[in-house]
Amino acid sequence: MALTGIQIYKLLPQTNCKECSFPTCLAFAMKLAAKQVELSACPYVTEASKKQLAESAAPPIRLITLKSNGTEVKVGNEVCMFRHEKTFYNKPGLFLRVNASDPDLVKKVTEANAYKVNYVGMDFSIDGFAIEADGDLVAAVKAVREVTNRPLILIGSDAAVLDPALNLLTGESTLIYAADSSNFESLADTAKKHKAALAVKADSLEALADLTQEIQARGVEDMVLDLGGKHLGEWLTRSTQARRLALKSNFKPLGYPTIFFAAQNGVEKEAVYAVQAISKYAGFVVLDTFAPEMIYPLLVLRENIYTDPQKPIQVQPGIYEINSPKPESPVLVTTNFSITYFAVANEVEGSGLPAWLVVTDAEGMSVLTAWAAGKFDAERIAKAIKGFDVAGKVSRKRIILPGHVAVLSGELEEELSDWEIRVGPREAVDLPAFMKQALN
Amino acid sequence: MPIDMPKDKWPGSIQTVTIGATTAEGGTRTRTVTVGGQTTMPYLQFEAPAPHRPVIAIEIKTRKPEDWSELLIDAWDEAMADPAQWAKKAEETGADLIVLALTLEDSPDSAVKAVKSVLSATGLPLIVWGPGQAEKDNELLVPIAEATKGEQLVLGICEDKNYRTIVATAMANGHLVQARTPMDVNLSKQLNILISDMGMPKERIIMDPTTGALGYGIEYGYSVMERLRLAALQGDAMTQLPMLVTPGFEAWKTKEAKVGKGVPETWGDWKARAINWETLTAIALIESGADIVVLRHPESVRRVKDAIEELMVPA
Ligand code: B12
Ligand code: SF4
Repeated sequence: MALTGIQIYKLLPQTNCKECSFPTCLAFAMKLAAKQVELSACPYVTEASKKQLAESAAPPIRLITLKSNGTEVKVGNEVCMFRHEKTFYNKPGLFLRVNASDPDLVKKVTEANAYKVNYVGMDFSIDGFAIEADGDLVAAVKAVREVTNRPLILIGSDAAVLDPALNLLTGESTLIYAADSSNFESLADTAKKHKAALAVKADSLEALADLTQEIQARGVEDMVLDLGGKHLGEWLTRSTQARRLALKSNFKPLGYPTIFFAAQNGVEKEAVYAVQAISKYAGFVVLDTFAPEMIYPLLVLRENIYTDPQKPIQVQPGIYEINSPKPESPVLVTTNFSITYFAVANEVEGSGLPAWLVVTDAEGMSVLTAWAAGKFDAERIAKAIKGFDVAGKVSRKRIILPGHVAVLSGELEEELSDWEIRVGPREAVDLPAFMKQALN
Repeated sequence: MPIDMPKDKWPGSIQTVTIGATTAEGGTRTRTVTVGGQTTMPYLQFEAPAPHRPVIAIEIKTRKPEDWSELLIDAWDEAMADPAQWAKKAEETGADLIVLALTLEDSPDSAVKAVKSVLSATGLPLIVWGPGQAEKDNELLVPIAEATKGEQLVLGICEDKNYRTIVATAMANGHLVQARTPMDVNLSKQLNILISDMGMPKERIIMDPTTGALGYGIEYGYSVMERLRLAALQGDAMTQLPMLVTPGFEAWKTKEAKVGKGVPETWGDWKARAINWETLTAIALIESGADIVVLRHPESVRRVKDAIEELMVPA
């Protein structure tokens, strides 16, 4: 946990020599606490103090990065229990588990690796693969590396099996799953040798804390916790406890991100379990099923939960051309909330019908929210139409309003007297039909 | 090594609220539903046992809805033509209580009749929603409240622009109210204060903080619920009410659930996706503190129920 200015002051020389360019050690300490200066500005801090300050500056939940030649996944480094307190920073990595023994291994990985889904203008995919060492692991890793360059987790308990496979992954940061009380020495050595992160599992948080300390003593810093437990209630309790111990008690032995296997009680419950894991602090979520109808909602949930509560996702206000509009094409009006914009833009684009889409500056709010907040009214719409010189682009001055704000049409007619104002459907799904039937 | 587990000790707790009354209690229900009573954040049973499990309401309508997804129509089929049949089927599906949503086509007579037929078709407690237009809501809900005196129905939906008539008739006839505000802690609190100021006791108010579906603003609803629950535990009396949310309504509005054709292939199988949309929205909201979730698809009900069981296993 971060030290206060006073606590830092006690670790400084307290000579007020001013070489740091502050009048007193205390002033310097205050700036350090506020992270506005570097400790190195004081030439006289002792080694012991340096160490203590560095430890206190370390994040309470260690940042773990899994890396391949292609991509990387970062988890950990979180600072709060509830997202409104600040934000959740590093989205849990979603990994698909595959079996080395599976004759369809390559096919499965190829398919999942290619998966890419768009949500409000962002492309999402899964983050990597977890290979179960239930067959020839070396052959499996080779085969998988031919078809994907996403980061890997290797699942196995025998260092002799894992070691040759890790030899193939030099230069990458892989996660080994998992060390327990029976094999931690050999796995810790393997992890150290290959600069891999090591997952650690035990039956209780106490046993887990003992184990992480022993492993750390053997020289492994990057660890990931499997907290155990058998059902939703237990997992919620344990992940809350581990997070709280790390954040509130600065308890280092559990200051690592966690890993959760969503299909451990059968694929039936996988999606539901993954929801809790994503919402409640998991660092890595391992899935057994590659099914777009499940992966897509989980990727969306992850995005939603990890969105910064202070910043709604927005698009740039302006005039957007959809399907190469012509001067006689209709002008649709909407707000700059990303979800709203893409709901409309995707519908129109999918229909193949050309249109001008005018996105007003509604401070990132949805149509009704912005309307209720006074950020999407006739005046603002008129301002956008004039500001983006829409009249200069069209020959037929015709505006389509969202159906939810039909009440604005009268006022807008006054603001833009030379324009025809039409009220569209309430939901974007119905826009294509409306454009075909009503706009001719 | 022994670990000193940090536990939160809160000064406040959530109000316990009972919906429905049995014959002995002046109603006709064979079962009642009690929610609330928590003294911890959701399901942290290492701090204190979770007193009452969250419950599932199934939403039905007085007439077959025109705009519901084909998937829902397949699921409920002929039962949709008659609210009593529909309610019965909902009970068999595993509902803890029923939400009966009235429509603009209802008259006071038809609405009262529908409510009565639902009450006799099932022994479950009942929530009744007006069609959502202030005048019409009042016109329908008042005679319903009078005709079902003592049943401890939940009447809704009270919003800041229209709550007085509904609260007054609920008070006069021994019912409860649902108080909805648009995803804002202070607005929730304010409406609860206004309703309490009319003399409605706290144990007869359910608050509905509103939510968005997965992908459509769920994060706002999720955090508002967490903040309301934290405020309640910290002792803020006017936030100490059980929470109802409507993941069914929200999820089935989304394109992901509603539309099967002409959507990206990367969205996967329509039916499974649609049910996931509803189920996953509901689970996330239960994790953030929902006491009553209103659902639509039988398969979602089954999955959410299953999850609730697991969350309620004592520590
Ligand atoms: C999420 C949300 C919020 C979030 C804001 C999220 C954001 N960035 O906008 C928060 C919590 C901040 C919020 C705040 C408020 N909210 Co609010 N909020 C919602 C909620 C739940 C969902 C809105 C949403 O994201 N919808 C999804 C988007 C995609 O919908 P959309 O923009 O309307 O777009 C659709 C259509 O309009 C159409 N469309 C869009 N553009 C176009 C264009 C054309 C041409 C056509 C044809 C169609 C079309 O296509 C889209 C998809 O179908 C709704 C209730 C609900 N469930 O709908 C309430 C709601 C919009 N909020 C409401 C209110 C009152 C408020 C507040 C004023 C409350 C307050 N005082 O705090 C504030 C205002 C903001 C402020 N002052 O800061 C009310 C509005 C009531 C009304 N009818 O006036 C609603 C309806 C809730 C309610 N029932 O009371 N809100
Ligand atoms: S340089 Fe170091 S010792 Fe000198 S005043 Fe600054 S903090 Fe104090």
